[in-house]
Amino acid sequence: MSQDFSRRDFLKVSSAVGVGLVISVALPYKERLVAAGVENSFEPNVWIKISPDNKVVITLAKSEMGQGVKTSLPMIVAEELDVDLQKINILQADAHTNNYGSMMTVGSRSVRGGAWLRLREAGATAREMLVSAAAKRWGVRPESCRTENGSVFHDSSKRSLTYGTLTVDAATFKVPKKPQLKDPSQFRYIGKSTVLIDTPEKVSGKTIYGIDVRLPSMLYATVVHPPVFGASVKSFNDREAKKVPGVKKVFKVSLGLAVVAKNTWSAFKGAKALEIKWDNGNFNMDSNDISKSFQDLARKKGVVAREDGDVEKAMKKAKKHMEAIYEVPYLAHATMEPMNCTAHVLKDYCELWAPTQNPQGAQRKAMQLTGFSKDKVKVHVTQLGCGLGRRSRSDFIQDSVEIAMNVDVPVKLIWTREEDMQHDFYRPSTYNLIEAGLDEAGKPLAWNHRVVASPLRGGSANTLDRSAVDGASNLPYDIPNIYVDYCRSDLAVPVGYWRSVGPSQNTFITESFIDEIAYAAEKDPFEYRKKLLKNHPRLLNVLELAAEKSGWGKKLLAGHTMGIAVVEDKGSACAQVAEISIEQSQVQIHRIVCALDCGQVIHPGIVESQTVGSVVFGLTAALYGEINIKEGRVVQSNFHDYPLLGIHEMPDVEVYLVDSNDEPGGAGEPAVPPVAPAVTNAIFAATGKRIRSLPIKSKDLKV
Amino acid sequence: MPKFTLRINKKTHRINIDADTPLLWVLRDELGYTGTKYGCGRGFCGACTIHVDGEATRSCMTAVDNVDGAEITTIEGLSIDNSHPIQKSWISEEVPQCGYCQPGQIMTAAALLDRNADPDDEDIDSAMKMNLCRCGTYDRIRKAIHLAAKEQK
Repeated sequence: MSQDFSRRDFLKVSSAVGVGLVISVALPYKERLVAAGVENSFEPNVWIKISPDNKVVITLAKSEMGQGVKTSLPMIVAEELDVDLQKINILQADAHTNNYGSMMTVGSRSVRGGAWLRLREAGATAREMLVSAAAKRWGVRPESCRTENGSVFHDSSKRSLTYGTLTVDAATFKVPKKPQLKDPSQFRYIGKSTVLIDTPEKVSGKTIYGIDVRLPSMLYATVVHPPVFGASVKSFNDREAKKVPGVKKVFKVSLGLAVVAKNTWSAFKGAKALEIKWDNGNFNMDSNDISKSFQDLARKKGVVAREDGDVEKAMKKAKKHMEAIYEVPYLAHATMEPMNCTAHVLKDYCELWAPTQNPQGAQRKAMQLTGFSKDKVKVHVTQLGCGLGRRSRSDFIQDSVEIAMNVDVPVKLIWTREEDMQHDFYRPSTYNLIEAGLDEAGKPLAWNHRVVASPLRGGSANTLDRSAVDGASNLPYDIPNIYVDYCRSDLAVPVGYWRSVGPSQNTFITESFIDEIAYAAEKDPFEYRKKLLKNHPRLLNVLELAAEKSGWGKKLLAGHTMGIAVVEDKGSACAQVAEISIEQSQVQIHRIVCALDCGQVIHPGIVESQTVGSVVFGLTAALYGEINIKEGRVVQSNFHDYPLLGIHEMPDVEVYLVDSNDEPGGAGEPAVPPVAPAVTNAIFAATGKRIRSLPIKSKDLKV
Repeated sequence: MPKFTLRINKKTHRINIDADTPLLWVLRDELGYTGTKYGCGRGFCGACTIHVDGEATRSCMTAVDNVDGAEITTIEGLSIDNSHPIQKSWISEEVPQCGYCQPGQIMTAAALLDRNADPDDEDIDSAMKMNLCRCGTYDRIRKAIHLAAKEQK
């Protein structure tokens, strides 16, 4: 469905008496969703609807999962439209027949990647047409008018008209090809923190997440999936399950066994009482076997991801050689709201209520399963209790629709936490061979990095999985000879997009190894990086900012050390300094200083909370995150063996945002990657021991 | 099926349900108090925290027959208009991101303030450390609790 229309093709205006001015701006697909691997998508649409009663409705075609799009995206439109942000109404878009472009909410792409400009143009276009309508009515030049808070003013004659009175007239004007956008100095909302539109309902408990959907006559369901990846149900006995009061039905679905009951607890109890014989297929590996299989794959050359200069030749010239092996584990998303979806399948119509990052993917899945056409499948998007990439997949949608096809009332499917943890699409485990050659002054001449990982995007043996090498192939340092290749591993363990994707693992490796090199060259790790980033002013700037604000190089409390790391991710630059100490073989994280340049900031409060949240997310992974595989199944099952950072472990996190009017970059992900290496580099400074696999183990911390 | 009398948010509900049913599912599925969330089902995460006779309690681990006649408060009953000091400070500090764990955080924090009008950081840590937040809102939670304590004085 990928098409590249010019913007003009998409601007359409319609008006009907009493309905008002409806300007739709379908936002064209612009570039591949590099980070998130979403192919052939459109950028999001936005609809502005102004009614004669001055009601302004802005449609939100992205999923709200805590990243603040429900406030930040309407802010952009309201800014250029010149309406009161506190008075607009927000409509969450359904995936149905309307064309909103891609509603996929991934890759920190709700604002960046052109959406920013097009949302502004959507607002400015409407504003210009409203001004033209007022000017015509008054017989004055449009340039002599101004707008504010949903009204057009002609100051010299002291006249004004509200937008609502101009809706029908405005629709008769031509759509301006290039609407005048505000100069950043004129911004009223953008760059300033305003009250988040949805905070009060979240605090009152009234927000409806997917799991909270309630429909008349609704039943409840859960699914037991085969514990071993690639396995299936051979046979089952539901005698005991059916004895559980409230259990109505037990049946096979494509991905497992479904239990339908009159409430969630009965469904869970029924599921526990099932006797199931599994056909376990042929996958029975342990984590160690997987690591060994990666090691074997790493012996052969992979698909080239980057080739600058001649690494082999440069290595020969080098005075010093270094090499290391780095590994990272599988990681679960562990969103606080487990996977769930509510579906109602009628004879010729299907409706879903889904906490999904991919409403159109959910719609397509339901169309496939029911055989219904697009207009017969409607997906309502609820609030998401975290997304983190997990909810871009439609496996839980499939469960839900298949169940609803077997029941004649609406059914709410809820996975248990255990099912959620053991049937995720995990952040890939990877194995990395990395080497460098330095000259006599300690400058790197050559860098060679081989990434072994399962692909996030399918493809064939010779396909480069760009997500797997993101953060490795775009190493920012000025090194004349760089070679990065990718070896593909095909395993039954499902892998997927996990907040910040490739850089979440590769930055740990590259930023640790550059630290190794700096120490080998007997240089300060901050100064060493600085020299190699001379041609990258944005990265250099955040690196220097983080160093300055952290007091890098100054005297620290006894036992405290610092580590630094920097990354370019999702169009933003982020540097972090971690201050730690080791106490009784435990790492204490005292402080994380984070400098972020994400271009023009829309809402500083949201960016700050996203950045702190990213640090917590990255720390949780560095300290605890590990999904182990044993005999083909996931060992961990709940938060006791897949722990999350708690409030008592929360370090002081300082966030410094670079003041910028540049094109916005991503804000929800770029602060994830630098956390782990900043911490492990600080651990090296304390112990002299280099941590080359995550999570950090206490045995790695003994001095 | 056994009958229970539940006092929830100052209202009396009579229901027939299996005695081992966790209060969480009674609240959510039978009575429609969906502000109380399911996170782990085993008392690890705190998303299901409510008050039973004023004490912060994990509703996923509390069988309905243990609370027959007890005074239960859910997030919906903490106040009807976000006027509880903790809710006010949660709004002014903009604590929630996705918000899913926040009813549990708020109920735990409200119970803390009830028994300790001026908690220090250590008190906050020990009361709140079993309430997990995947979005990482902990620093704002801490600020909001301090703010609520200050405002309450």
